[in-house]
Amino acid sequence: MARLTIPAEEYMRSGHSACPGCAATLVMRYVLKGLGPNAIVTLPACCWTVIGTPFPTTALNVPILDCAFEATGASVSGLRAAADALGLADVIVVGFAGDGGTADIGLQALSGMLERGTDALYVMYDNEAYMNTGVQRSGATPLGAWTTTTPVDATSRGKGEGKKDVMAIVAAHRPAYAATVNVAFPEDFLKRVEKTKTIRGPKFLHAFSPCPPGWRYPPEKTIAIGRLATDTNSFPLYEIEGGKYRITRKLGRARPVAEYLKAQGRFSHLTDAEIAAIQSEVDGRWARLLALETLG
Amino acid sequence: MSPHGHDAHKATAYITEQDLPERPLATVPSDVIKTASWRTFLPVIHLEACTKCYVCWKFCPDVAIGIDEAGWPVVRLDYCKGCGICAEECKPRAIDMVKE
Ligand SMILES: Cc1ncc(C[n+]2csc(CCOP(=O)(O)OP(=O)(O)O)c2C)c(N)n1
Ligand code: SF4
Ligand code: SF4
Repeated sequence: MARLTIPAEEYMRSGHSACPGCAATLVMRYVLKGLGPNAIVTLPACCWTVIGTPFPTTALNVPILDCAFEATGASVSGLRAAADALGLADVIVVGFAGDGGTADIGLQALSGMLERGTDALYVMYDNEAYMNTGVQRSGATPLGAWTTTTPVDATSRGKGEGKKDVMAIVAAHRPAYAATVNVAFPEDFLKRVEKTKTIRGPKFLHAFSPCPPGWRYPPEKTIAIGRLATDTNSFPLYEIEGGKYRITRKLGRARPVAEYLKAQGRFSHLTDAEIAAIQSEVDGRWARLLALETLG
Repeated sequence: MSPHGHDAHKATAYITEQDLPERPLATVPSDVIKTASWRTFLPVIHLEACTKCYVCWKFCPDVAIGIDEAGWPVVRLDYCKGCGICAEECKPRAIDMVKE
């Protein structure tokens, strides 16, 4: 029989309506492979509601609850309380939301869930904009990126602000566990998901989720671009367990961030000087992460 | 007290589908929807070059690569959207994208 490097069981079905090459599907596919059949997913408005639940169909073999856009964290705590009231101890509650639904409109609900100490997993799939409604900038859109609300024209050079550090916001709540994961590294991704099953309390995964139409690149490049994001230190892979930082993929030497930026149409307007500014921002974040890891 | 009043939970345990308030429930598996018509290019796997590494299976966003009894990857033609990830990621370059 086949030697597979990630679990064979599928909990996400074919026939869903994601764009060709969409990484948000792989985030869900890998999360559920790791969690197994006892997961129950609460999903706010985002691409995934459209991907997975065109009525009357469902793309998951586990239950999905549609919640309001801003309410994922509250919905997670409610589901956990209901499962506990019914004595369903095996149920794994999963909140699954986009970056807009997490970093912006759902931030308060997420904070509440983390602060209450709800025993559940929250996954933010980060496609770095409000994709479902047509590529509007979010707090998680990176510096310089073109979106429909941060155009490239005589008065604008893409997004003028930097990316909100959601992991730092989550870490400030001292959750039981938090980690970054990337669809380009499925084995590492599965290790992080499987670890969440062994830890009680609030757990958070920040999942990197390239989006071909929103980032303006051909769909076959989704994995290559994901790999470049981590290999240039733009999206480092690390975990925070009991307050301790550990980098889970460390490179001898990172590749220049220009390789990552130049692979995507949303950054195609950037000048060498603008790319250099992004490089120094990436270097600064990486140095800070190394320092956090040394703190132990 | 109305069934949705603030103390309704004391009387009601939602155990079975019948106990739930009226709601839209989606129960049809998504694979009744065939997505083959989304495709312009079709992946063709050349088994003589395939090393059975299953990278194509692992990275397919549409769960459109199966594995047959002999362990060979098989494209599930009803669902493949032709994104090209499998061909791009296949190290021995055993997959070609062919215009349909
Ligand atoms: C309260 C509310 N405001 C606005 C919307 C419209 N809306 C639906 S999905 C969406 C974008 C979601 O963006 P994000 O959370 O980043 O997920 P993505 O679509 O990128 O996967 C918006 C604005 C809504 N459904 N509810
Ligand atoms: S817009 Fe982007 S995130 Fe949304 S379904 Fe399409 S590829 Fe996926
Ligand atoms: S082309 Fe895309 S959808 Fe089709 S089998 Fe390959 S990875 Fe899957």
